[in-house]
Amino acid sequence: MYWKETMRQMNDIGIGSLVIVGLIAIFIGAVTAVQFADQLSGGLIPRYYIGYIVRDITIIELAPTITCLVLAGKVGSNMASEIGGMRQKEHIDAMELMGVNTAAYLILPKLIAAVTIIPLLVSLAAITSIVGGYIASVPFGVLTDPEYVRGVRSFFEPNYVLMMYVKAMVFAFILTTVSCYQGYYVKGGSIELGEASTQAVVYSDILILVADLAVAVALTG
Amino acid sequence: MIRTENIYKSFGETEVLKGITTTFEQGKTNVIIGKSGAGKTVLLKLLVGLFQPTSGNVWYNDINFNKLDKKELRALRMEVGMLFQGNALFDSLTVQQNVMFPLDMFTKMTKKEKLARVNYCLERVTLEGSNDKYPSEISGGMQKRVGIARSIVLKPKYLFCDEPNSGLDPKTSIIIDKLIHDITVENDITTVINTHDMNSVMEIGDTIVLLNLGKVAWQGTKEEVLESTNETLQDFIFASPFLQKLRKSALGG
Repeated sequence: MYWKETMRQMNDIGIGSLVIVGLIAIFIGAVTAVQFADQLSGGLIPRYYIGYIVRDITIIELAPTITCLVLAGKVGSNMASEIGGMRQKEHIDAMELMGVNTAAYLILPKLIAAVTIIPLLVSLAAITSIVGGYIASVPFGVLTDPEYVRGVRSFFEPNYVLMMYVKAMVFAFILTTVSCYQGYYVKGGSIELGEASTQAVVYSDILILVADLAVAVALTG
Repeated sequence: MIRTENIYKSFGETEVLKGITTTFEQGKTNVIIGKSGAGKTVLLKLLVGLFQPTSGNVWYNDINFNKLDKKELRALRMEVGMLFQGNALFDSLTVQQNVMFPLDMFTKMTKKEKLARVNYCLERVTLEGSNDKYPSEISGGMQKRVGIARSIVLKPKYLFCDEPNSGLDPKTSIIIDKLIHDITVENDITTVINTHDMNSVMEIGDTIVLLNLGKVAWQGTKEEVLESTNETLQDFIFASPFLQKLRKSALGG
């Protein structure tokens, strides 16, 4: 039962978020490349640095943080509404009477799915973002193909990939637990359910940003 | 038999139940009636352990329900079936999966045995052949019957129904009432129904408890209802102007 529910959640979170995550990532990479190209146009800094900057800023910060902020809105509000709706329609009461540990049954599969799938989505976002930087710069003559590739391959720091995965897992944990909590303890009617859904997103976003700083300090200190 | 002993329940500063002492008898359809906000649903949820009383006890025969540990509570819950007001059917599961859910949770029956039991229950509520439909694909009355099938699938000794007729037309209500009553008598179970539908009360209620402002305002049998001079009971039963007229003409007024 838990396995089936976990698979369903993985599908909802992963496949269901592919398009939005991919789109956002490609534009973030593109905008980063274009803006840095403009800022580094003085000639003092080599052009290939644009590829290097896009890669690092994407891996360290933009891919995990922006992806998870977006997922807090998409997946988090959905989790809060789904569980809150079950609370209001007495599904949770019915499950408790049928001997189900409702907190475990409703939250654990979501948590396992999110902590597994969101890092994969973040990896995808990082790769797509770097490709986005290429698309926005090379075809338009901002820099050449060898320059961008050289930049992407320069000064690679494997620890930054570790940092990306740590952030992704921490943010996934935050957005799932906060959203499920808001839904699980919802009281009242549709207005309260809407409020719970909004609070799930707002609190998740705030905590993700705080955790972002905490992880950055912890892993770079 | 279920007995409540001086039950109090508060939510924050609001005291919803104020010293409820009553008995629900085995093999009978015990009905809790009262206006909206009288505390009927809270009492029902207290009886099944979804709420804990602020003080007082619920007794299932000689077992104090509020003193059970987790294991004992699980064992007792196997003997409890509940029909929720909104049916509480799981939208993502088919009719068959919904009815099978308690068997999956509580028993180690083989799939074949479970299916046989599910089919028997669906047949009992005249829903044979609806196994693969989803709750959204069937009518309100059918959903109610699926809820009943799910609540009796474990052969419960105690059946609780929260407003079983809410949202149903009078004809379907009678079918549902009769079904609950027949299941109660056939299986000699203790059934507790929470309703404000007087047709149901007079049709299937063996014992009746009237709640008013969180207290037991009256209790007795169906036959005693009509003879009672209890003002709260009379106000509740004859709330509609039509019934008041009927009563006046019956009394020769």
